[in-house]
Amino acid sequence: MANKFDIQVRAEHEYAVLETAGYLNDALGEDLSKKAQELIEKGYTQLVINLDKTALINSIGISILIEIIEALDERDGTLNFCGLSATQERTFRMMAIAKYAGIFPDEKTAIANF
Amino acid sequence: MANTISNDQVLLTIPMRQDMELAAAKLASVIAESMSFNDDQIEEIQLAMIESCINAFEHSKSPDQSVVIHYIIRTNELELQITDQGIGFNPGNRGKRGNSQPDLHSDMRKRGWGLEIMHTLMDSVDIMSGENGTTITMVKSKTA
Repeated sequence: MANKFDIQVRAEHEYAVLETAGYLNDALGEDLSKKAQELIEKGYTQLVINLDKTALINSIGISILIEIIEALDERDGTLNFCGLSATQERTFRMMAIAKYAGIFPDEKTAIANF
Repeated sequence: MANTISNDQVLLTIPMRQDMELAAAKLASVIAESMSFNDDQIEEIQLAMIESCINAFEHSKSPDQSVVIHYIIRTNELELQITDQGIGFNPGNRGKRGNSQPDLHSDMRKRGWGLEIMHTLMDSVDIMSGENGTTITMVKSKTA
């Protein structure tokens, strides 16, 4: 069962958006982490991860999201999530992610809240 | 791969291979949808199933490298039994900090969330584990 996934990156002047599509497991998570690290090394400290096209996640994928939060934290940056399902948001809140990253309903709101 | 073993039970055996947890989750989704669970409940069932399978894949050290899943359909609830033939574990030691990497924030650990996610998303989670393997039994009720 191949898990097809994709990450679209849109870098603007002051922030960048990473939009995932597919199952957020270790493979997609590592790819996402690599792209986020590239942006951070270029000086981006305000990132949005849009999970609107990611219907399923697992705890390994979420652990990689936490690594991105930590990498941004070290540079006084901010990570905002958007496009989460109600269940994903509930899981993120249980894992304390909501304390260290923003959770917003859509991309526009996530960008407006940096 | 999936067998219907009675009118209200489905049996699935999956190998411990990358993304095979998706097969178990998708079958759970199909069954839950046929039982008229709502979309949020179906997603909760899928995520709990994924975590249960990943736990077996990562920790069981099962010699046959497979996981057997019973989907038991009842009038108002779906019971999922996920079984491996691995080395077993003490459920009291899971969900604790098993990660050797230090975490930046003490309440935001990276790994060891599987059982807590299952408990959060399902109505009940029972674990029977011994040296001959582990069975995790999870129940989701339509009325909860």
